[in-house]
Amino acid sequence: MLTESSESTLERLLLREEIEQFLYYEAELLDDRKFDDWINLIAEDIHYHMPIRRNVKFGTQERENTSSLSEISWFDEGKRTLAGRVRQINTGLHWCEEPFSRIRHIVSNVRILEVNGDEVRVNSSFFVWQNRLQDEVNLFVGRREDILRRDEDTQWKIAKRLILLDQNVLLAKVISTFF
Amino acid sequence: MTALVRSYGDRSLRSLVDLDRGLVSREIYVNEDIYKMELEQVYTRAWLFIGHESQVPNPGDFVVSRMGEEEVILVRDRKNELHVFLNTCRHRGMKVCRYDDGNTLVFTCPFHGWSYDTDGRLVGVPYYDAAYKGDMDKSEWGLPEVAQMCNYYGSVWATWDKGAPSFEDYLGPYADMARRVFQSTDGEDNGVELFNPVYKWRIPCNWKFPGFSFDGDRAHGAMTHRSINVAAIGPQGDANGGNRSPLLAPFPYTDYEMTVPELGHGGHNAIYDQPGVAPYKDTWFTEPGIDDYYREQREKKREKYKDKYIVGETAHIWPNVNIQPHRILIWHPHSAGVTESWRAYPIDRMAPQFVKDAQRRYMMRYGGPCGLTESDDMENWNYASAASTGTVAKRFPYNFMMGAGHAFKDEEGAPGMTLNYEVAEENQRSRLRRWLEFMEAGSWEDIYPVNPVSPSAGQAVKAERGTV
Repeated sequence: MLTESSESTLERLLLREEIEQFLYYEAELLDDRKFDDWINLIAEDIHYHMPIRRNVKFGTQERENTSSLSEISWFDEGKRTLAGRVRQINTGLHWCEEPFSRIRHIVSNVRILEVNGDEVRVNSSFFVWQNRLQDEVNLFVGRREDILRRDEDTQWKIAKRLILLDQNVLLAKVISTFF
Repeated sequence: MTALVRSYGDRSLRSLVDLDRGLVSREIYVNEDIYKMELEQVYTRAWLFIGHESQVPNPGDFVVSRMGEEEVILVRDRKNELHVFLNTCRHRGMKVCRYDDGNTLVFTCPFHGWSYDTDGRLVGVPYYDAAYKGDMDKSEWGLPEVAQMCNYYGSVWATWDKGAPSFEDYLGPYADMARRVFQSTDGEDNGVELFNPVYKWRIPCNWKFPGFSFDGDRAHGAMTHRSINVAAIGPQGDANGGNRSPLLAPFPYTDYEMTVPELGHGGHNAIYDQPGVAPYKDTWFTEPGIDDYYREQREKKREKYKDKYIVGETAHIWPNVNIQPHRILIWHPHSAGVTESWRAYPIDRMAPQFVKDAQRRYMMRYGGPCGLTESDDMENWNYASAASTGTVAKRFPYNFMMGAGHAFKDEEGAPGMTLNYEVAEENQRSRLRRWLEFMEAGSWEDIYPVNPVSPSAGQAVKAERGTV
């Protein structure tokens, strides 16, 4: 017989399992180039933000990541632009992804930070491998902080995504995948 | 040069660049020795873009920048003067600044602790009295400072060569255009600031691929950017087939490739058939209020320029920077096969926040390594460069024939400029001509004052002005 506290432990574990499965499913859609299915996981009001990471002096780390309010970021956009990216790839004429790169999203270190009604705030780390044409290789490593929102249709939708890429000068010529 | 001479016998650089026939050896885009010569012959001599005074508004503010392969520091000293220093300690070479930007009283080397004031003076040396015993004069060991610096209407430029002409003379007929690029949209001088920070990213291609083609390669657009309209990223949104650009002013004009072959500068520029500035045309269909701001600004500019003939406002400034009203593109050499691309975005300093935000988001989704438009440029520059290194590939010169022999002058419409049809390779040939002059020159005395270059058509003819 379950005690009340072990019931809540079980609930917590089940939620974590559900969130992890969702994030792995999302990664799989991207790796399998099912971009139309992927964009369907994106909430209409998403803020998709990948700041630039500055080299800053000790004690001023609050300036390390560029602000979405007034500064330049690698990505700082909503669903309209993300959907435009998907349409562009789907033309078959987007040369930096034609032919397709081989891309693998490894997602780990999944941790639920907060549950707030229908929304869950969750951290995860990513390791993205991109192999293009013969020998072009780009690696993208970093952490994401998401807000996932319960959804009748797709179980969860991504309502907010902050992507901290662990690079300063971007070492890839373009970023042609999603995180 | 030894290895080049060994590989190519007595072939000189001149034999690799045949501009009359429009044939240019791939060698100059891939050869390591030629690249190393460029760092000396081009990048220690030419005026280079450093940044903008808005990046360092207060005394002690600094931001790192770059000249050729080397890092420099743009800093505002305690007396409010701007300086550009090489980022290297005079003792053992360590970088004295390892932050992208910030504010400081001194730059202290993390190796042995030599410290430099914001005006570059060496002010602190550990064991100075006890160990150097008065043998070293600190005033001789300040940070290496550029030979000349110019604050041009808020934009900061510098050269390592004290023999270089003034920046304004270096710009020549492009001086006025460059001035207008740094005006706000109401036509006020020094009216912009840069969004922070600048994009920095690596493209696996020689710096001349973007550096010599940007603003001189209109032929690439239809093919390279075939996929962009479907994304509808521009301020017009889905209108006009998703066209990514703002709508242009409704004044009759003709677009040209326009260049000063003697100096290497050039751009895609319009000659208008009437004086003044055209009324604003609404273009921000996706966001309310933006057009109202730009329309009001345009009316002020129209008043200022009502009697003047304006010639375009984008320019490639030799050797590696393109300046436009809403973006500055810098193509730094990083190695023979790698460019470190830097991108800065100017915005009207006095614009309301919502206008700044709209323009900033448009620029982020348009350009840079994550922009929908330019990502396909990177792919082409990358693999054009890669496919040019082969032993057999290098036997086949690049074709720069487009429009060769069809240039002309229009001293009334564009004084000092050489013109060609809007889709030509006149600007690229112009940059290559100046490149050869720099590479062969012993000093600035060999390349300035310039020798006039007559248009390859051989005679000056007035442009046939059509309307668009």
